[in-house]
Amino acid sequence: MNALTQDTSSQNLASYNFAYLDEQTKRMIRRAILKGIAIPGYQVPFASREMPMPYGWGTGGVQVTAAIIGRDDVLKVIDQGADDTTNAVSIRAFFAKTAGVVTTTATPDATIIQTRHRIPETPLTEGQVLVYQVPIPEPLRFLEPRETETRKMHALEEYGLMHVKLYEDIARNGHIATTYAYPVKVEGRYVMDPSPTPKFDNPKMHRSETLQLFGAGREKRIYAIPPHTEVVSLDFEDHPFEIQHFDQPCAMCGAEQVYLDEVVLDDKGGRMFVCSDTHYCESRRADGHCGALLGDEPGLGAEANTRKEAM
Amino acid sequence: MPAATHTPTVYEGGFSDPVGSSQAVFRALMDAMARPGSVQDLPVVTAPPAPLTASASALLATLADADTPVWLDPTLMKTTEVKDWIVFHTGAEITPHQSEAAFALVASPGGLAALNGFSLGTQEFPDRSTTLILQVSSLTDGAALTLEGPGIKGQASLAPDPMPPHFEAQWQANRAAFPRGVDLVFAGPDCVAAMPRSTRLVREGA
Repeated sequence: MNALTQDTSSQNLASYNFAYLDEQTKRMIRRAILKGIAIPGYQVPFASREMPMPYGWGTGGVQVTAAIIGRDDVLKVIDQGADDTTNAVSIRAFFAKTAGVVTTTATPDATIIQTRHRIPETPLTEGQVLVYQVPIPEPLRFLEPRETETRKMHALEEYGLMHVKLYEDIARNGHIATTYAYPVKVEGRYVMDPSPTPKFDNPKMHRSETLQLFGAGREKRIYAIPPHTEVVSLDFEDHPFEIQHFDQPCAMCGAEQVYLDEVVLDDKGGRMFVCSDTHYCESRRADGHCGALLGDEPGLGAEANTRKEAM
Repeated sequence: MPAATHTPTVYEGGFSDPVGSSQAVFRALMDAMARPGSVQDLPVVTAPPAPLTASASALLATLADADTPVWLDPTLMKTTEVKDWIVFHTGAEITPHQSEAAFALVASPGGLAALNGFSLGTQEFPDRSTTLILQVSSLTDGAALTLEGPGIKGQASLAPDPMPPHFEAQWQANRAAFPRGVDLVFAGPDCVAAMPRSTRLVREGA
């Protein structure tokens, strides 16, 4: 298996460096990462490179991962919580090919987890690094399109506009209607966009055990949250921050207090809710947990498992 | 010929595996920076001319290149070999001005009277600041510093030796300028620790 990978990479990628990027680019990204860690929540400009994938496919996260990954790292990539979607599969394959690293779908086995828009349900640990793919890193961008102005607003800690935006939510809808990319304040200083993760995941960023790195390729920004750092979701005293709640547990594994995806089953309004974190759901089912639609009878459950494996 | 005499020390002693070594050194430094006060093991991958130490030179070779002017303290400036080694192995320009330096390499922290002569960045671009690499003989035997801040669960302790004079006052001034300020990297024997500008010093007994 390993020899095969080596052969393919030497045939097709003989001229590429380990993990695709050249060493000078890695140094530039590494310097930006260190500054980002030193100034939590501040967006460090960096000379983002063109990657062999289009913008919007995680070029920022891929560059951050390429700059930190080593030969002994184990990489997991998720897209909206799932290990088996196109984006996740292709980025895993990219690093398996260019860096020859081991990849996994099991959250606890990974040393680097690159994510698009979710934080895994399994609590992350000290030995892991979480790398986010970020489309628009500037939380104030939709309120103030000029970079010169948003930069000044961050410099002066002038975040009134963001509170006005949340207030307008309340005025129109009676509650804060922002459900993803919910702005946070890092260590009492910088307001930061946690990337389009559901606000359900915001509390997991607060005092996390894990270093969190954010890369925005098109917008050319890198930022970071060190472990054990205050990450507070913006809110009002009379409208405190709340995460989403689901009326029913996961239809496949019966998990509660996790983020669920809605799946339409037919054209008669049938729908089910399943874990967005596929590894979490699979490992719970392997442990014998059973949701409503997986069936209570052992036979039905086994059948569903076989079908999954066949896929 | 002076060039002939220092040829071996200047041109040798760089990374033998530039890709793997710089990645290993960077990950140790990244962990040190993300967890201020923690001491991370550093592989011995460089052999620079004295008084430049293996750990400090490995950190510099990992981070510096033609885009980052490097400032050397008077102890290092005395030795031509050190200057030449850095220029040859990193391609970085040696600058005589602290305020222009992306990295500052300090062999005698005891002689560092002020941190505020270095670039602190601007309020708009606080990342345009100097990162100081201090060569220390130990990270555990000096006067203990108690640290708080991002990356630290509760409190952490670090005891580098030697340290700049009046370090507590210097660091408080640096912390007061946040988000501007310098970041410190302590290069000990085969190990590295860091104090980013976000770290606060806790007074003993306070």
